Amino acid sequence: MAETHSLQDLQQPAVFSKVFIQRDYGSGTICRFQTKFPSDLESRLDKQQFEETIQTLNNLYAEAEKLGGKSYLEGCLACLTAYTVFLCMETHYEKVLKKIARYIKDQNEKVYAPRGLLLTDPIERGLRVVEITIFEDRNIGSGR
Amino acid sequence: MKNCEYQQIDPQALPTPTPTPPPPHHHHHHHHHHGHDGDKREEPNRLRRKWEVFPGKNRFFCGGRIIVARQSGVLPLTLGLILVTSVLFFIFDCPFLVKHLTSCIPVIGGVLFIFVVITLLQTSFTDPGILPRATPDEAADIEKQIENTGSTSYRPPPRTKEVLINQQVVKLKYCFTCKMFRPPRTSHCSLCDNCVERFDHHCPWVGNCVGKRNYRFFYTFIVSLSFLTAFIFGCVTTHLALRAQGGKGLVFALQESPGRYPSLSNLVICFFSVWSILGLSGFHTYLVASNLTTNEDIKGSWSGKSGAECATNPYSHRNIFINCCSVLCGPMPPSLIDRRGFLPVDEYAQTSGTDIELPTLAAKSEINVCTQGTKGLLESATRSPLLSTPCPQGKPQSAHTCPDNSPTVNSDPSPELSTSCGARHTARSLSDTSPPRHTKTRSKKSKRAALHIPNPAFDDPASPTSPDAGPSTKGSGQKGATSASMH
Repeated sequence: MAETHSLQDLQQPAVFSKVFIQRDYGSGTICRFQTKFPSDLESRLDKQQFEETIQTLNNLYAEAEKLGGKSYLEGCLACLTAYTVFLCMETHYEKVLKKIARYIKDQNEKVYAPRGLLLTDPIERGLRVVEITIFEDRNIGSGR
Repeated sequence: MKNCEYQQIDPQALPTPTPTPPPPHHHHHHHHHHGHDGDKREEPNRLRRKWEVFPGKNRFFCGGRIIVARQSGVLPLTLGLILVTSVLFFIFDCPFLVKHLTSCIPVIGGVLFIFVVITLLQTSFTDPGILPRATPDEAADIEKQIENTGSTSYRPPPRTKEVLINQQVVKLKYCFTCKMFRPPRTSHCSLCDNCVERFDHHCPWVGNCVGKRNYRFFYTFIVSLSFLTAFIFGCVTTHLALRAQGGKGLVFALQESPGRYPSLSNLVICFFSVWSILGLSGFHTYLVASNLTTNEDIKGSWSGKSGAECATNPYSHRNIFINCCSVLCGPMPPSLIDRRGFLPVDEYAQTSGTDIELPTLAAKSEINVCTQGTKGLLESATRSPLLSTPCPQGKPQSAHTCPDNSPTVNSDPSPELSTSCGARHTARSLSDTSPPRHTKTRSKKSKRAALHIPNPAFDDPASPTSPDAGPSTKGSGQKGATSASMH
């Protein structure tokens, strides 16, 4: 039961629980997450921060799935080439996914990590949930 | 792992899916860490990719880039038919037609042929929109939510959730295999053992499910195939007609033409193909224009037959042009299963010893084959004690056009377990016990016809034992649906 590696402990804190933000299907099958603030996070995070994060994510996904002139053009061009362009080119959706990944990393560094939370990119969960991992807060010593 | 400040958690230090930190300390429930170096003895340099531990019944080639269903169905037959017909056309009919008509003919034929083959391969080898299964934590969370909102009776609550989509009530069902509530328009294909988004149907001709990601390939394939078969049919007819004109009638023309048998067989094949493929294309054009899937059309979800009130399709944009554009030219969604990603090394893929005693998780007898993932076993045992065999009344809910395979449902371990246990092996042994409908016999053809959802509006002359060969009205589609769902 070696507990002397305190630095390691702090670098790898224990997971207290996980909160899952489910998808909001009110407007169909587009990718949207519910903005309801989960009660487990009340002590760690402000409601506004949370809503802002989720809302930005929703907007980014909406941008990825937007049906507009550009996406139609991409689709028609792909059809004409028997969709072989998908093998060479990065699609618009993939570009936005990269943007989302950067945003999540940024949010983690600035907002969530200081509060002992970790935001998981929904793409790693099949775009089903936004997983927020809550770590035990050793320093305050509240092992709730 | 870089050094970080006293309070801050370094998000990069933790690979995201792991719930336990890599050098597991004993404030958790791990007791057997003899030889942490024992973990390393298993190829420390070779990381495993996620496709190697994929729990569904799929096969992967080219390092995970190509995905097909376990039963390739009649894909070789489809390819063979197309190849043979086209090659015969080029060899026997083209020279004559080039001489007598125009040399554009082989060019057009060639372009169409290449189009058809490329789109066919893309339909077969693309991930149709498979949803990855829920992680154990997610599954536990959902179970908790179901329990909280469930009924107070001892009977387990019905596993459905209702959502309001564009003022239309839609029921979301809980998938017992994937342990999550299925998003709208998602269906679980029992042949592939995956939930597929915007599930259309499982096409044996193509050897894959047709879903959100490869529907446009499929549609382009059948449209270009109908053009190709119509083109070949026309050319062969022209060829024979021209010969008959020059000579003394058709019979003489047939006798003297060098490629009479190939041309005739071409004619016959194309004649039957044209009608069925044209019919299928027409049916799918209707589906595209009204933003429906074959699954929804067969079940009559939005035609108001099942619901009490008049149900309308909540996903339709109410404009044919926009519907077509959104289905065929919309942005290409990414693959959600990340086949080529690497498994996190510290995770359950590591062996921690040889023989670990297994906890008594109910009905998990297939796991005795492997020793990996015991950490996962313990984790999930403590975290999700509710992961047990699903209640039998849940099964009918997950049966759609493909009947739910009970061995699959009952014995599905948590994803981590199945992944590290080499689920493909367990799944293979399970599929042996499934009803013998996958053997290549006549019965398979009838099943294939039923599974392929033959268009209700047109006869499919190629399937002699088609269950709904009958009146060519839309209503017969419903009959076909009931017979298909009874299989």
